[in-house]
Amino acid sequence: MSGASAGRRVWGLMYRHLALYRRSWPRVLELAYWPVLQMVVWGFVTAYLAGVQNNVASVAAGVLLGGVLLWEVAIRSQMGFAISFLEEVWSRNLGHVFVSPLRPMELVAALVAMSALRMFAGVLPAVGLAWLLYGFGLWTLGPVIVLFFAGLMMMGWAVALAVTALILRHGAGAEPLAWSVLFGLTPFAAVFYPVSVLPGWLQPVALMVPAAHVFEGMRGVLLDGTIAWGHLAAAFGLNLVWLAGAVALFLRQFQAARERGALLSIGE
Amino acid sequence: MITDDNAALAVQGLTKRYRPEGAPAVVDLSFTLPRGATWGLLGGNGAGKTTTIAMLLGLLVPSGGRILALGHDMAVDRFAALARMNFSSPYVALPHRLSVAENLMVYAHLYGVPKPRQRIEELAEQLQLTDLLKRPAGELSAGQKTRVALAKSLVNRPDLLLLDEPTASLDPDTGDWVRSWLERYRAESGCAILLASHNMAEVERLCAEVLVLRAGRVVDRGSPSALLERYGRDDLEEVFLDIARERGNAAERADGSAEQMA
Repeated sequence: MSGASAGRRVWGLMYRHLALYRRSWPRVLELAYWPVLQMVVWGFVTAYLAGVQNNVASVAAGVLLGGVLLWEVAIRSQMGFAISFLEEVWSRNLGHVFVSPLRPMELVAALVAMSALRMFAGVLPAVGLAWLLYGFGLWTLGPVIVLFFAGLMMMGWAVALAVTALILRHGAGAEPLAWSVLFGLTPFAAVFYPVSVLPGWLQPVALMVPAAHVFEGMRGVLLDGTIAWGHLAAAFGLNLVWLAGAVALFLRQFQAARERGALLSIGE
Repeated sequence: MITDDNAALAVQGLTKRYRPEGAPAVVDLSFTLPRGATWGLLGGNGAGKTTTIAMLLGLLVPSGGRILALGHDMAVDRFAALARMNFSSPYVALPHRLSVAENLMVYAHLYGVPKPRQRIEELAEQLQLTDLLKRPAGELSAGQKTRVALAKSLVNRPDLLLLDEPTASLDPDTGDWVRSWLERYRAESGCAILLASHNMAEVERLCAEVLVLRAGRVVDRGSPSALLERYGRDDLEEVFLDIARERGNAAERADGSAEQMA
């Protein structure tokens, strides 16, 4: 089967979601709602800190707002993937999708693409607003921002794949994980503080989380003006391990769902 | 070993157990559906019809047996077969918020249909959907939804069509329209059709051969006229009741062996 055919199938599933957004402006609005709200709240916190401690104002603004905006990249990527899958479950459409020639990994590719589109639609308005309201431009981190985005998106996809595998295994009972699971990782992701702040026994746990290395890298750029290539390499290395594990889990649960007959009844 | 690669569907020893210790949902099902023929799976609730169709479509992994669909072994090469198959069921929905045209476009892409817009217009005309193309699928009546589901199942011009209760919940007029349409389509396209149904009149009218399932097993098979003759009945509904209630066929009823079995 040619790559063009596979691309057409991936586009078919993307078209299904894009058509849905074209018909529903509340869905489009919802994409940007939380990232913008988070950024506004943390922007005021930053402004308050700047008022009481002038010497750390710019650093606090960068670290806090950069952390907020970049963490939203991971969260929106994870939610974009998992919710796009759930849209199929909610519309009771999986039976049709899985009897088409669409391969499981093409489904994953379509969900990854939709996740990226949803993430940019949600986070870019927040990035723009951070610049307008607080004078913080995320792009001041330099071209390395592309790697920060990529590292956090990959982690979001890995977590979403694992969540999707759990939905295949446990059905509707696992749906809340699509919204909550990445928030649970926030303390270990070192979004707003360095890993060294954590208790010694927790630090190895945090260092297994790709996002922790991305945020160490972000602080390196903001505080020292240097790119922590070691942390970036660790982030991408860990992401590959996480993604490989999540893909294996997803494919295993997909096969198990085919054996149990769960693909027709999932979500009921 | 099944070797009939020219059959639309060749099934041998198909078995499904959902739990190792539980009763099997389908047991040792074997049949060969010729290309261009319409066959029926007949049986009551829980007889194994939907489980069988799910296995034939690759949605469900069999516990045993083998399926060759359009010459492809479903255990190893199901995607090659699925590209030339399709499926319709009133129990599997299409996204409600998408318009009819958008829904059909999604599946035209998934099945790699060349010139999808042209194909959708063609189907819309054939199935009287032209005025509905821009309407959200969720706003359609049951009859309209059935025609849209049928259009979806034909978007790739399948060589093998599996239909699960294609006229369930339709009024008699719409049901008759769908049955006429299916008869015409099969005659013109040469597509093989396997349909599962509770509707005896539908099976009698459309199917050249009927497999009667009870508790996952084929308990009888034959053309509708052969079954009517064997059971000494005037319509398939009575045959169905004879089988469901284990009353036996005409000969068994005459010699009393059916009562002993029951």
